[in-house]
Amino acid sequence: MQRELELKLRRIAVEVRKDVLRMISMADSGHLGSAFSCVDIIVYLYFHLMRVNPQLPGWQERDRFVLSKGHACPSLYAVLARRGYFERQELWNYRKLGSLLQGHPLYTNALGIDAPSGSLGMGIGISCGMAMALKTDFPESRVFCLVGDGELQEGSCWEALMTASHWKLDNLYVIVDRNGLQMEGETETIKALEPLKEKFEAFGLFCLETCGHDFPSIYETFAKAAQEKGFPKAIIAHTKWGRGITLAENGEMPVKASLSRNQVTLLLDELSKESAALSEEER
Amino acid sequence: MTMEKRSTREALGDGLTELGRLNENVVVIDADVASSTYVKAFADEFPDRYYNVGIAEQNMVEVASGMALAGKKPYAVAFSSFLIGRAYDQIRCCVAMPNLDVKLVATHAGITVGEDGSTHQMLEDLALMRVLPNMNIFVPADYWSARNMIVSSYKNDKPLYIRLGRPEVPLFYSPWDEFHIGGGRIIREGSDVSIVACGIMLFEALRAADILARQGIEAEIIDCYSVKPLPEELIQSSVRRTGCCVVAEEHNGMGGLCGAVAESLGINYPVPLRFVAVKDRFGESGTPAELQEYYSLKYREIVGAVAQVWTTRRR
Repeated sequence: MQRELELKLRRIAVEVRKDVLRMISMADSGHLGSAFSCVDIIVYLYFHLMRVNPQLPGWQERDRFVLSKGHACPSLYAVLARRGYFERQELWNYRKLGSLLQGHPLYTNALGIDAPSGSLGMGIGISCGMAMALKTDFPESRVFCLVGDGELQEGSCWEALMTASHWKLDNLYVIVDRNGLQMEGETETIKALEPLKEKFEAFGLFCLETCGHDFPSIYETFAKAAQEKGFPKAIIAHTKWGRGITLAENGEMPVKASLSRNQVTLLLDELSKESAALSEEER
Repeated sequence: MTMEKRSTREALGDGLTELGRLNENVVVIDADVASSTYVKAFADEFPDRYYNVGIAEQNMVEVASGMALAGKKPYAVAFSSFLIGRAYDQIRCCVAMPNLDVKLVATHAGITVGEDGSTHQMLEDLALMRVLPNMNIFVPADYWSARNMIVSSYKNDKPLYIRLGRPEVPLFYSPWDEFHIGGGRIIREGSDVSIVACGIMLFEALRAADILARQGIEAEIIDCYSVKPLPEELIQSSVRRTGCCVVAEEHNGMGGLCGAVAESLGINYPVPLRFVAVKDRFGESGTPAELQEYYSLKYREIVGAVAQVWTTRRR
């Protein structure tokens, strides 16, 4: 991966995190840590990998993105706005009455939202349906489905994985945001997912692991996965809950934090420092 | 009424195959019940557009949703108990909420499934589907209405639940009859009582009407095949003439057609009203004919209910 591209994506990711933080603090609700853990993946998809056209959100041959972990939608919204699907101004209405940007995503083609979500465990199945239809109509089009790790406790995910491998949906990429946490604690304490890679493989998927915050590693993983024909792909992206905020990364922030104005300012400062450090690197 | 009989589920296979020939966007998603739902006919003719996702109704509805999002016209087919019961959250979040063009077609609804017993006899599906915003519901009474509803459903792009049964029922409609979302049809005119029925109860209502006529009571019978939206004007204008109403359906008496008619008349034009439906119970094993008797879903109960409402009718 070119250094230039990496720096560009990192810069976007910092700006997206700032927007997400503002959105959640203005709405005074939302899932900050879980949204932050998948920012880099969504940025990578929309600003590098996916074939999309914000001017033609209904373009049939586009790649699709399904955010199965719908509660992380502030990150998707912030990315879509930055990618040019709608005015960034709209972000500040997130979770407000009458807003286009609901607490969990409604299917809204005009905004670039490809699928509904919010009730966990349905995204992989929807993605299967899309991938099956696209395979016959537009074989170049791919479907990228981002699932939470805790969400994999829903049985419907595994029904869908069976469907994916049975139909050899090699245009489907299931990406796991493996931040290790769910509402009441660690996934491995509540109901263990490991050995996760082996589970995916046993279900007939070609599975790779990556760091979900390191763009060169994400780049290489997707490049490697793309070469594998005849199998749906699973990519376990190891991530940090609340990535970018030290407090959250260290587990010192509650899952559903209500942030005071002071806290928001402090957190924005922290993100701005990251952005300043990036500028240093660029020189 | 001819005495030739065919099941409404048989219409599913024929209707879908006809649709498949008319339009190549039609796809069928099945939860491994192709033989008993007659969908096999479609599968044989269009193997590339038929997807059996296995015994996985939740996945079936998700896949149908994804297909619709990618521009297909999906028909998801399973038994009513499992399509509506098992996959309710999927129907709610992946079909009704995003208002997608997904047709949910269930066979084996109601008590007349017979010997399989309570797990397989769905008596709550209409209530569950009715309360979902955006959802539309068809309950055909015979083979031709079922077939024509399936074929014409292609023309709209709305979420639609079509409820079909297992047993053979008399052929009543013709191949040329048309059915519309929000429609109903007066199949017998009368001035003394309105009987609103759907599915197999339509035939019981017709038998009841013959008996009532001999006693000097002329029943008006409405085939209320569109349970949602309800043909409110049709029902109200009938009830304004007759002054009383009986509703008959093969479903729990709560929340289905009975509930819909009661809500509508209660608000707009209250009249004496009785239900002939399952009384808040689960089903059990038996032959369809035995069960229909045992669960009080016969013309006799309709006659009895009419006698009750007619004596206190609103004039």
